[in-house]
Amino acid sequence: MCLAIPGKIVSIDKKKEYASIDYGEETKRKANVSLVDVKIGDYVLVHAGFAIQVLDEKEANETLDLFREMLSYEEEEA
Amino acid sequence: MFSLRDKKLANEIVSKIKTLNVNLKFMHVCGTHQDTLVKHGLDVLFKECGINIGQGPGCPVCVTTPKEIEEILLLARKGKIVTTFGDMIQVPGEKDSLQSMKTDGWDVRTVYGIEDAIHFAEENKDKDVVFMAVGFETTTPMTASVLLKNPPSNFSILGCHRVIPPALKAILDMGELKLDGFIEPGHVSTIIGSKPYEFISTEYKVPQVIAGFEPIDLLMGVWMLAQQVENGEARVENEYARVVKEEGNIKAQRVINEVFEPMDVKWRGFPVILRSGLKLRNKFEEYDTRKRYEDDLEELRNKEFTEPKGCRCGDVLRGIISSKKCPLFGKKCIPNAPVGPCMVSIEGSCNIEYRYAKKQ
Repeated sequence: MCLAIPGKIVSIDKKKEYASIDYGEETKRKANVSLVDVKIGDYVLVHAGFAIQVLDEKEANETLDLFREMLSYEEEEA
Repeated sequence: MFSLRDKKLANEIVSKIKTLNVNLKFMHVCGTHQDTLVKHGLDVLFKECGINIGQGPGCPVCVTTPKEIEEILLLARKGKIVTTFGDMIQVPGEKDSLQSMKTDGWDVRTVYGIEDAIHFAEENKDKDVVFMAVGFETTTPMTASVLLKNPPSNFSILGCHRVIPPALKAILDMGELKLDGFIEPGHVSTIIGSKPYEFISTEYKVPQVIAGFEPIDLLMGVWMLAQQVENGEARVENEYARVVKEEGNIKAQRVINEVFEPMDVKWRGFPVILRSGLKLRNKFEEYDTRKRYEDDLEELRNKEFTEPKGCRCGDVLRGIISSKKCPLFGKKCIPNAPVGPCMVSIEGSCNIEYRYAKKQ
């Protein structure tokens, strides 16, 4: 039930309440964005029709590098 | 958008965990974690590394009590339009499930989210529409947010929301199993952040890692937990930093706190857990199904309901046994004819175990 799907914001209504989200493969759906501060082009995680967080793209790209770093760090330490 | 299924990195992490030569028991509380663990065979892999990981009470549909199921069934029988998530519909009550009642012609509707239920209420002004509000912190902000927007007067919620940290405390207080660490749920943490878990590490000296849902996330999360154990540490680490912020989603927390306040509730398989449930604040009581239809629900007031005969969902949810240890698993209890909710929900560990074909 806590499953959340990432998608990209392609448009936002004037009240900043709903946005059209592109989930890829030509799937677009409306989602409530009132719980997050977003702009067009942001990636968000959507759960049960609501965006619950803006994805940090830079951090996401760095995740794997960080893991590799952590592992080699442990190795050096050992 | 992310590449978190890198085999080389996965093998590297596994070989690192193996060199630790440990014998540990971890618990997670999330159906999506269980899905990743079983689907990718990580559960077996971790066992080979000396690490046993069980699910615990991490499935909102599964921890809903038999009494809550009877409440929603009774409301449907009283002629309300009953709406809830798909998994909930199939959970068996004493005699019926919402699914069987729907087949018998009662008005039961599946929704993707609470906004669908609002839509039904707007379309059916002459009828009462009840939304069975199930879910942990990830889902609660949606319910709260809708209630802040003046929903139609024929709409109300049967509150079944629960919060995770008090359940972790309950598991430790009950002392039925010795745990070496918790893998905390990524999307609950997206909302609440990392602080609400801290007392578990400071008071109980149990290491915790908030983890994402890709195989690499879980491998990394387990490696981080094992490292803490090895170093004699107990703190909350965040493996899922690309999504979970230390402070969580403050807007969502505000919305929850404006609408709900903590209350003590029972969970399936557990006694009452202090401050583990949420009730509507007085300001919103007109949307409280239990208050609005007190007369309709009167016949359940002092009744207690037990788990179905032979069903060991309670033991599964407390992490005492694995799904396969239940005598009903895969025999009397299968997804098409479930006895307990852990076989119904796609987040229930019995359903997950069965779905990935480990049928005995």
